[in-house]
Amino acid sequence: MLNRTQSPVIYNAVDFNLQLPQLQSHTLDNGVPVHYLHLGEQDVMQIELVFYAGNWYEQKNMVAAATNFLLKNGTSTKTAFEINEHFDFYGAYLNRNCYSETATLTLHCLSKHLQVLLPVMAELVQDATMPAEELAIYQQNQQQRLTVNLKKCDFVANRYIDAYLYGKQHPYGTYAEAADYAAITQADVQAFYQQYYQQGHCMIMVAGKLPADVLTQLNEVFGKLPLKAGSPSIVTHTIQPAKEKKYRVVNDEAGVQGAIRMARHFPTRTHPDFKGVQILNNIFGGYFGSRLMSNIREDKGYTYGIHSYLQNNLHDSAWMISTEAGRDVCEATIAEVYKEMELLRNEPLDAEELDLVRNYMMGTLLGDLDGPFQMIARWKNYILHGLDEAYFNDSIHTIRTITPATLQTLANKYLQPNDFYELIVV
Amino acid sequence: MYEVNFIMIQYEQFTLDNGLRVLVHEDASTPMAVVNVMYDVGAKDENPNKTGFAHLFEHLMFGGSIHIPDYDEPLQRAGGENNAYTTNDLTNYYCQLPAQNIETAFWLESDRMLSLAFSTKSLDVQRKVVCEEFKEHYINKPYGNVWHLMRGLAYTTHPYKWMTIGQALSHVENATLDDVKAFFFKHYRPVNAVLVVAGNVKTEQIKQLAAKWFGPIPMGEKYERNLPAEPVQTAARILDYEANVPLDALVKTWHIDSRLSQGYYIADLITEVMGGGGSSRLFQRLVKERRLFSNLDCYHFGSVDNGLLAIDGKLVAGVTMDAAEAAVNEEIEQLVQEGISEQELQKIINRTESVMAFEDMAVMSRANSLAFYELLGNAALMNDEFKKYQAVTTADIKQYSQHIFRKENSNTLRYHSKAN
Repeated sequence: MLNRTQSPVIYNAVDFNLQLPQLQSHTLDNGVPVHYLHLGEQDVMQIELVFYAGNWYEQKNMVAAATNFLLKNGTSTKTAFEINEHFDFYGAYLNRNCYSETATLTLHCLSKHLQVLLPVMAELVQDATMPAEELAIYQQNQQQRLTVNLKKCDFVANRYIDAYLYGKQHPYGTYAEAADYAAITQADVQAFYQQYYQQGHCMIMVAGKLPADVLTQLNEVFGKLPLKAGSPSIVTHTIQPAKEKKYRVVNDEAGVQGAIRMARHFPTRTHPDFKGVQILNNIFGGYFGSRLMSNIREDKGYTYGIHSYLQNNLHDSAWMISTEAGRDVCEATIAEVYKEMELLRNEPLDAEELDLVRNYMMGTLLGDLDGPFQMIARWKNYILHGLDEAYFNDSIHTIRTITPATLQTLANKYLQPNDFYELIVV
Repeated sequence: MYEVNFIMIQYEQFTLDNGLRVLVHEDASTPMAVVNVMYDVGAKDENPNKTGFAHLFEHLMFGGSIHIPDYDEPLQRAGGENNAYTTNDLTNYYCQLPAQNIETAFWLESDRMLSLAFSTKSLDVQRKVVCEEFKEHYINKPYGNVWHLMRGLAYTTHPYKWMTIGQALSHVENATLDDVKAFFFKHYRPVNAVLVVAGNVKTEQIKQLAAKWFGPIPMGEKYERNLPAEPVQTAARILDYEANVPLDALVKTWHIDSRLSQGYYIADLITEVMGGGGSSRLFQRLVKERRLFSNLDCYHFGSVDNGLLAIDGKLVAGVTMDAAEAAVNEEIEQLVQEGISEQELQKIINRTESVMAFEDMAVMSRANSLAFYELLGNAALMNDEFKKYQAVTTADIKQYSQHIFRKENSNTLRYHSKAN
């Protein structure tokens, strides 16, 4: 007779031999580094150009984002439509994203089409014209999108909490007003483009099932361009955290939910406490079985979901708790979050819960590393932080060996209510 | 133009004595295994007075089963992760874990197919959680009720007329434990389910595990679906609606054919022509050239029964609803009159090929697709999909456009901003 109350033998994911596949590197003729992983079953690949062209480097709000957006909206020989048509025709995806320090241009394509796509990608990096008409459309549509987003409590809360943490003048704390979009000129984006893309600092991340001559192709297309290796000369921004810690905002009188954000400053990934706190964060609010989810969703039913996470900034960073809860239970939700902090400070974790979290983290790490695009994303993050595989191996060592006492020490150091900003936006 | 070189998805298939269909897709390149259980029940199978139930039920499937108080805890201990979703057509549960621990997934999934714990506490809490989900996505968001309105307009009879989240909060709030039990024993039986196991596994091993854990579950009764068909629409429907949103929005839909008919594949390609990517017609002409919309999309939901093709966008401030709608109609008229070029067809076929190749990268996605096609009638359909797209001609596109874009087949939601 089958005993269904008895779990089958569970092999400890902690014992699995987890290894990050070794990244291969190559230097183009102009010194630009190419980092690549040749992996995968499907004939698909990804090429990402990573420029130091985030809003960290802009002099005027939103210029970095606008420049990044307009990369594929016209060159001296092609209209935006012709560029889109070219990539669409080969079933390729060309995306661009702007972050705080970096901005990217990313190509996903069937490996067989690489040869016809790469030269146009290079054209965008060297010969984008940032047409006035395209800028005007961008400004108009971004302003429209903003007016819609400003009706959403979660959107508004995300803006405010970062502004409290870093100050609105700081690249991490800044956000767009409609007037900022209106103020961008063609000269602004063209100058930014020239400095940070055309002659910018760049690295190239490549992953997937790669053609045998991929490095030759990359060198032919990008190796002669006036791009530079490394990062630009140091630009510093100083954070100016808000003095006041508690905020209650009514954005929509008729709102039926409140967006809750609670956050404290926290060191970046390179700090010795980061790896341990990553585990503590998992226990606190980092997965479905976390303390916050178990209590506030699965016991109280106050919310559809509550999460905590460590921001991934390069310079200054934060530990964030985020949820949308019923309007009448927002204050109760915040009280419960503090209760969960208190429990983690006052009571050592029992072995069973810690064991579960260790296994969960190892298992999901194994799953996260499944596939070339996931692996290259992890490597990119390490490179930007100046880390290498030793960091990966140390993280795994920490997951395997951290003790309840260490976690409790970390909780007492970092989960102190007085350090947290708290915000409700209804 | 190019050689199409698809990797066929290989799988083995067998059926247990209790009617549970099992598919195994071996892939030794991953250290993980995926267990996917798809139940042949969706929001369309709900009682019109108790809508939102299939989705609420999905939440309850995590509230403990007859022998196991907590689903998530042991799975997490085994290094696994899971999730689930409900559509108008089906409900799907999937988990991924290190392949060594696959038996834990069998233990958990089979126990909740055998019977839930039917805990009052779980029902009480999940009713609240789902109400918060309802508020978060459909009430507290600008334009959140667009599809509530559009489904109600386009469908008079077929149960696609309500959304999976439910027709009203009260339907979810009033769910009782008796409803839960009845729903479970009607729909969550082996005979109404498909189990797909994929990843670093062996078919022989899965045969043994399936027989051991799922074999003893009583077969249950085959659910015979007998849904009211949507009558053919004979007159255009227009709804003017006003809400506290910053911009006017326009949504138009047309009825299209069911998932396995040829029309579905043509409709899918039409959405690519009109709304797929930066070179699509609606984006290029109405967002970029004429600047009438700040965004404009064309899509469908992949519905199993006769579905809807939608065009959906927000108007640039100052543009009138009539002007915006006339412009959309002009684009449609041009498609109907002139069709598309061979070059345009080649582009959308290439795009489709690429989408399918990227989708097939993840073993979880492959498992999900196998389950879906098996639920539709035959998993082997998965490997024929691309051929069906390739068979579509420019003449088919023109002819089908003429068929669906008839005025009397259209539904228009004119969503006005109170501010304007």
